[in-house]
Amino acid sequence: MLAATVRVTRDLDLAEEAVQDAYERALRTWPRDGVPDRPAAWLVTVAKRTALNLLRRRRTLEAKLPLLVERGGEEDEEGDELFPDDRLRLIFICCHPALGRRAQVALTLRLVCGVVTPDVAQAFLVSEPTMAARLTRAKRKIATARIPFAVPAAEELPARLDAALAVIHLLYATGHTAPSGESLVRDELTGRALDLARMLVALLPGEREAAGLLALLLVHEARRPSRTDAEGRFLRLAEQDRRAWDQALIAQADALIVGALEAGPPGRFVLQAAIAALHAEAPSYDATDWPQILALYGELLRVWPSPVVALNRAVALAEVQGPAAGLAAVEALEEDGRLAGYRYLHSTKADLLQRLDRPTEAAAAYREALELSGNAAEQEFLGERLRALT
Amino acid sequence: MARYAVLIFEKVPPEQLPPEVMRGHMELPDRIAERGGRVLAGLALEPEATATSIRGDVLTDGPFIETKEALGGIYLLEARDLDHALALAGMTPIVDGGVEVRPLIDFAVLEAP
Repeated sequence: MLAATVRVTRDLDLAEEAVQDAYERALRTWPRDGVPDRPAAWLVTVAKRTALNLLRRRRTLEAKLPLLVERGGEEDEEGDELFPDDRLRLIFICCHPALGRRAQVALTLRLVCGVVTPDVAQAFLVSEPTMAARLTRAKRKIATARIPFAVPAAEELPARLDAALAVIHLLYATGHTAPSGESLVRDELTGRALDLARMLVALLPGEREAAGLLALLLVHEARRPSRTDAEGRFLRLAEQDRRAWDQALIAQADALIVGALEAGPPGRFVLQAAIAALHAEAPSYDATDWPQILALYGELLRVWPSPVVALNRAVALAEVQGPAAGLAAVEALEEDGRLAGYRYLHSTKADLLQRLDRPTEAAAAYREALELSGNAAEQEFLGERLRALT
Repeated sequence: MARYAVLIFEKVPPEQLPPEVMRGHMELPDRIAERGGRVLAGLALEPEATATSIRGDVLTDGPFIETKEALGGIYLLEARDLDHALALAGMTPIVDGGVEVRPLIDFAVLEAP
């Protein structure tokens, strides 16, 4: 509904105001006159009309700052349904690369998912005024710099879609790393991210990376209940109860991955999903197809040369060629320096050292990982591993 | 159409710019026009060493803000929206540096009476 109204107003604040106004009017008139046959269409129509009125009023006030009305004629005001493309435009405007990543994520949650500002603030652990200011700044930039409310042209679509997918992935990850029960709002982020990924796949059916992201999130979601034990402590992949994994979600993900791989060369999200699915489909940790996973990480590193990917590849390498080979790869990354503050580098190194029977060095690496972790459940996990060594 | 200022930040001083880059600057307005935009005005600045700054009543030799890439020039661009403006500004020839795109509040040419 917001998306449909923005298309008329080209101004997010104005559209929000109009939508709110339409709901208020519905609360006043529906109990008296009865609920209209098509409530959603009624609301959109009222909101658009209000927006146009507000817009006209504002225009005369601010002749120097004209707001664009969507090109191309009058709308059919009666029974106007939400165009699927409006949703897509709203996602692309919120995830525009001219906005900072934090602003993109907050705007998407606020405007595409309709999460109220206090909840957005809570999800990102900032105060409500801070989040409100962040949203206002972003909306002002959209209006002032004239970020277009449009689906990007074909030649720009891959890069712009990648930004949108990264935002959705970050939303999921933010909810995913929050220990369950710590904050319900953060927990809810995973559901929001899944909805967004599903929406993008439905709106852009030919985009393989969108399917890849959805598949990746589905596999994460399938394994989510088993990530922690009854006391909320983190469990390693090898320790998780695979019977608790949701096989229906894994099968959905698998179908998406197979479809994407058949359609063309895979991008980073399809590859990440394929790796996650291989883990999810293995009957046990030891029976995991590590050589295949190592090959996929090699391919992923080629399309997405990130030190984090290289670290994950080192873990797979340790399973295929032994912990010494894995450790050598981790130490090469350590020299590179870009992951110095990354706690998983140190915890991975600790684990490999432990397997090589070098407990003193392993303990030192666990301590470094502990110092870098800000998450209570994770700290407990690392602390326990450290105590087992010393 | 919306209006933007494009600020050109370049480490290479103007007199040392290679001829093909200079030619690129000369041809830029035409290339922008071919793609549906318009350059309304352009300012090429002398090197920062020639600048004088005034803060309060203190004069200092040099630019107001010291940056690694010097502000070498500004041009005023008319484009449909930010995406269009970014695509056009991205064609600016740069050796070492980049451009900044800023929406304009107003643009007026004041002529002597």
